[in-house]
Amino acid sequence: MTDIDAVSEVRGRSLWADARRRLFTNKAAVTSMIILSIVAVMVLLAPFLSPHDFDATDWELMSSPPTIANAHFFGTDSLGRDLFVRTLYGGRVSLMVGIVATLVSLLIGITYGATAGYFGGKIDHLMMRFVDILYAMPFMFFVILLMVFFGRNIFLIFVAIGAINWLDMARIVRGQTLSLKRKEFIEAAEAAGVPGFTIIRRHIVPNLLGVVIVYVTLTIPQVILVESFLSFLGLGVQEPFTSWGALVNEGAKDMETASWSLIFPAIFLALTLFCFNFIGDGLRDALDPKDR
Amino acid sequence: MTDQLLTVNDLHVHFSVPGKGILGRSRILKAVNGVNFDLRPGETLGVVGESGCGKSTLARAILGLVKAAGGSVVLSGEELVGQSLKQLRDKREHMQVIFQDPLASLDPRMTVGQIIAEPLTTFYPKLSRDDVRARVKNIMSKVGLLPNLINRYPHEFSGGQCQRIGIARALILKPKLIICDEPVSALDVSIQAQIINLLMEIQNEMGLSLIFIAHDLSVVRHISQRVLVMYLGRVVEISDRDTLYENPRHPYTRALIDAVPIPDPVKERSKQSRLLGGDLPSPLNLPSGCPFRTRCPSATDICAIEEPQLREIETGVQVACHAVD
Repeated sequence: MTDIDAVSEVRGRSLWADARRRLFTNKAAVTSMIILSIVAVMVLLAPFLSPHDFDATDWELMSSPPTIANAHFFGTDSLGRDLFVRTLYGGRVSLMVGIVATLVSLLIGITYGATAGYFGGKIDHLMMRFVDILYAMPFMFFVILLMVFFGRNIFLIFVAIGAINWLDMARIVRGQTLSLKRKEFIEAAEAAGVPGFTIIRRHIVPNLLGVVIVYVTLTIPQVILVESFLSFLGLGVQEPFTSWGALVNEGAKDMETASWSLIFPAIFLALTLFCFNFIGDGLRDALDPKDR
Repeated sequence: MTDQLLTVNDLHVHFSVPGKGILGRSRILKAVNGVNFDLRPGETLGVVGESGCGKSTLARAILGLVKAAGGSVVLSGEELVGQSLKQLRDKREHMQVIFQDPLASLDPRMTVGQIIAEPLTTFYPKLSRDDVRARVKNIMSKVGLLPNLINRYPHEFSGGQCQRIGIARALILKPKLIICDEPVSALDVSIQAQIINLLMEIQNEMGLSLIFIAHDLSVVRHISQRVLVMYLGRVVEISDRDTLYENPRHPYTRALIDAVPIPDPVKERSKQSRLLGGDLPSPLNLPSGCPFRTRCPSATDICAIEEPQLREIETGVQVACHAVD
């Protein structure tokens, strides 16, 4: 077989490589990715970008407008805390909630949905009715209950949001699985003697990942908004920690006298949400060029 | 009977169809309704019949991809019907399948190498990667694919090449039986010939048995030694290829063969064809007696009362019809 090996192997172009190429030709998506990475880097490097601490009060300058001289780039809030640092620290919480809660819901949703869809029949019925029951629970009631029992805690927000979001994910994944299950390559794998869970892992999950990734990029901003909403209601993160939602909430109170305390966190929040949405759109076009 | 590779005895496959409305009772669709045949090692059995007569379901039932409602399938002395899923999986080493749609039967996210190797790595997980690769390349060159394309993806191949990949996947375990479920229907004619000849070549070389399902009677005539004709989930005739094509006994077989166009316009125009009237009756609501009587030109009273059984009328020719003796 030396003559066979002598010929160099041609590298194929996978569907992923194709999608990546299409994604990088999408200007809006690429711009969004750049902006988002700048935001992410700023958020991560927050302590090095400003001389101020996020919970330190500057007694001299309460509710001060943005100044370059004192390095209060975004001004201070009514307690004299630097808003630039607080916005970046708030971004840490918001982005973390968005990403972690989405990943949690992704993990549970894919496993649950693909299992229900692939095995079908009674298992499917049972599993999806359980999802329906959870769906019927009012979200706010659920969150308030958690807060009452366990106190206000950032991890509870992950749990609460993740626990609600995986339901949607499971439904989407189940639907995709149902349509994939009828494809001949799944049947071919069955005929080749591949066991059920291996088929899910090897054939079903990679093939529904396209739809799921799009959904994920659209879920992250949604989760960030939910967290903002919870913070706005006073159910979110606890002082002195903060999030974009909490900052917007505080800023909204002083909107007339200290507009900067609303504008800057709001810009960051809106920019991030926009970017995620554009990336999601770009991914959808890139992964499924037929759908356009 | 012991020298048979595969014996199918009174095989039934039923699907339940949900009834209309909320309170509608679900009905039973008998997709395969008492099929008997056997297959010798190295033999090719053609299976023909119009759409919806249960050909593909028969194939899936033999493979254990759909559950048989009754009867038996014996592969080299081992009963397959009623086995647990796990036991059945082990038997699949010896029978493989080639599907109709070449592209849809290949996972778009996997490379050709991974696709062809899948049965091998499933049954022999301890094989080294180099070993698997060498075997995959070997089988690729055997089915006429360049082995250096091993890292390509299915969408980079043409339909005929995809079907070769499907054949390579079916061959890699060196099975005893391959079921071809309309392997050439989706290909154009020149490619069909290539694929058919490839299958026959490989069959000679490896001593495979084939069950070859097709619409196209001339393709079946080319590849099979014996032909099985199905109508509404039942076997109406099994016989040697030449006997069947030259002297079809069952009225349905006769109509099928008459319907094949002759590639000579003068002969074709002067041909006395006895085309069948009417449509295929719903398999949910089978006619009494002989299922073919509603369209049969030679139906008599007894056909509505008694269902004809498959009987041997001369060596190698089995027909299920009251009118044939």
